[in-house]
Amino acid sequence: MGQYVVRRLLIAIPTLLITSLVIFAILALAPGDPLAQFALNPAVPEEVRERIREQLGLNQPWPVRYVKWLQQVSQGNFGISFNTKAPVLDLIGQRLPQTLQVVGLAYLIAVLIAIPIGIISAVKQYSLFDQIATFFSFVGFSVPSFFTGLVLMLVFAINLGWFPIVYSSTLKVTDWDSFWQQIRQMVLPISVLVVQQTAALTRFMRSSMLDNLTLDYVRTAKAKGLTDRLVVMRHVVTNSLIPVVTLIALGIPTIFAGAIITENLYRVNGLGQLLITSINNSDTPVVMALTFIFAILTVIFNLIADVLYGVLDPRVRYS
Amino acid sequence: MSEATPTLDTPLSSAGVERLQQLSSTLAVKPRTLLGDAWRRFRKHRLAMLGVALLAFLTLTVTIGAPLYIDRFARISAEEGAPLLQQNPTLRDATDHLNFIAILAPPSANHPFGTDDLGRDLFVRALYGGRISLAVGFTAMLIAITLGSVVGAVSGFFGGTVDQILMRITDLFLSLPGIPLILLTVYLFRDPVIKAMGSPEAGIFVIVVTVIGGLAWMQTARVVRASFLSLKQKEFVEAATALGVSRASIMFRHILPNAMSPIIVAATLEIGTAIITESTLSFLGVGFPADTPTWGRLVTDGSQYLQGAPWLALIPGFLIFITVLSINFVGDGLRDALDPRSRL
Repeated sequence: MGQYVVRRLLIAIPTLLITSLVIFAILALAPGDPLAQFALNPAVPEEVRERIREQLGLNQPWPVRYVKWLQQVSQGNFGISFNTKAPVLDLIGQRLPQTLQVVGLAYLIAVLIAIPIGIISAVKQYSLFDQIATFFSFVGFSVPSFFTGLVLMLVFAINLGWFPIVYSSTLKVTDWDSFWQQIRQMVLPISVLVVQQTAALTRFMRSSMLDNLTLDYVRTAKAKGLTDRLVVMRHVVTNSLIPVVTLIALGIPTIFAGAIITENLYRVNGLGQLLITSINNSDTPVVMALTFIFAILTVIFNLIADVLYGVLDPRVRYS
Repeated sequence: MSEATPTLDTPLSSAGVERLQQLSSTLAVKPRTLLGDAWRRFRKHRLAMLGVALLAFLTLTVTIGAPLYIDRFARISAEEGAPLLQQNPTLRDATDHLNFIAILAPPSANHPFGTDDLGRDLFVRALYGGRISLAVGFTAMLIAITLGSVVGAVSGFFGGTVDQILMRITDLFLSLPGIPLILLTVYLFRDPVIKAMGSPEAGIFVIVVTVIGGLAWMQTARVVRASFLSLKQKEFVEAATALGVSRASIMFRHILPNAMSPIIVAATLEIGTAIITESTLSFLGVGFPADTPTWGRLVTDGSQYLQGAPWLALIPGFLIFITVLSINFVGDGLRDALDPRSRL
């Protein structure tokens, strides 16, 4: 097992390095000057701009800059935001809790809804329940999340007035009252993410169950007289969960990216919103750090998925 | 037609051939082809058939229907007292036609989808947006599928080091953060591409399609590689090699057609994903220029009038939804029809 984990780690590290290189290269090779905002400023003459450029090390070739960036990042320094002049890591630290709250809860709810639906759908394949569940999962992954968001906003926030239209990030949870308010403002952004994620997870769970239901061990279990319920819950479900658990791990980074849309729609001041505002402000250090963090998340959760798969299904370790 | 029956030693006349065909067709049952079987299975999938019908309707409306509608639109505008200025207005002209007499008008006979805050007709704008969405989806799919098939085919066919390298690259692409990277690339590189292409719309189209397609080929590559790995062991490949068929020909003329089913399914689903990605970019303001009425952009613009004129955001949003839903149903139907074993 230890060897398997080490092998996976050895693949993950170069992947991260190359990913960061790709992102850095894209940013470095893109036309446009990070100092363009000074170009129109009469208070910053040409010589001063050159000096800033030198100070920031922007006159060096980009591979050199990449190595320097990598050195700093390995010490936990992501640089300073061009726009707010604050360290990038602080900015991200401020935004991360909001994203984690919304994204984490949404994913948890999605998993809790999707797995039972997937199980019932597979056990009662082609039943009315299965057909309705299938239809809704198709709806779920065909609907763009900004559209779900708008419809929910229109119905539940504007027409019914049950929930606030936008997320208030200044709200501090101090007592039951503000806690209730926090719950209410999280309902809509979470629902949008839940709709999207549940759809895909239901399908995975269902197909994984269907693959297992026809296997010999199920017949054996039935033959020795176990009740259907026991066969399904103890034998089929646990085996079917193996690939689904890895898929759940793999899905976590994508849901962070999916949160970009939801956060923008409901003005949740999380990482996704930070990315969009930084892109629009040409705030290169923040953009680089965020994209790189999304990449790290992807690689880490790939690793977790691989290791989990190895733990749950020992056959994988030796292939 | 003469009734003479041809004998074996006389050359067959065309009438004779016909007669023979009639005879054989009454004798034997019409042969069942693989494609025929697939079509029979596909027809049973009711939602997929509905999807095909809807997609055909949408495609015909935005291509053939749009020019026909412009005449009616010009007449209505003139009747309302805001005639179009152009002699022979194109669809693009009509999308920018301001009509201050009908501002934020709800859907009606004159304006089937209503009008926006500048009195622009949402139906005309949605027609134009539909063209963009379908074009983006289709082109991005072609890029992704071509890339994926070539990488998968080469990887599976040659194996060894080539396979190792290509699969490492595929894994690398899979661990790139998709949406953030697409946002970033489109944002950073749109100016030079626009300059190179000459027009903002063409430029953005090229870059959006390239980036979406360039980050969506990995699954196809894996599927194609897996099929190639098993197919290259088959006897027909051995036979082709023995006959001296070139490797390129074996790969693309002999093996690839046999690996087509999963590619077709992936291609269909990719159109839907690409449409959603493009509309998301437009929605976030990073896609097509602000004055190009793509479906995603129409939703963004309309979302500011969610309270007073909800149709402005809901109709284009619903169009994206129904298009992608149809595509996904068609994809599902194709999967059932082409590969009855897979069940996802």
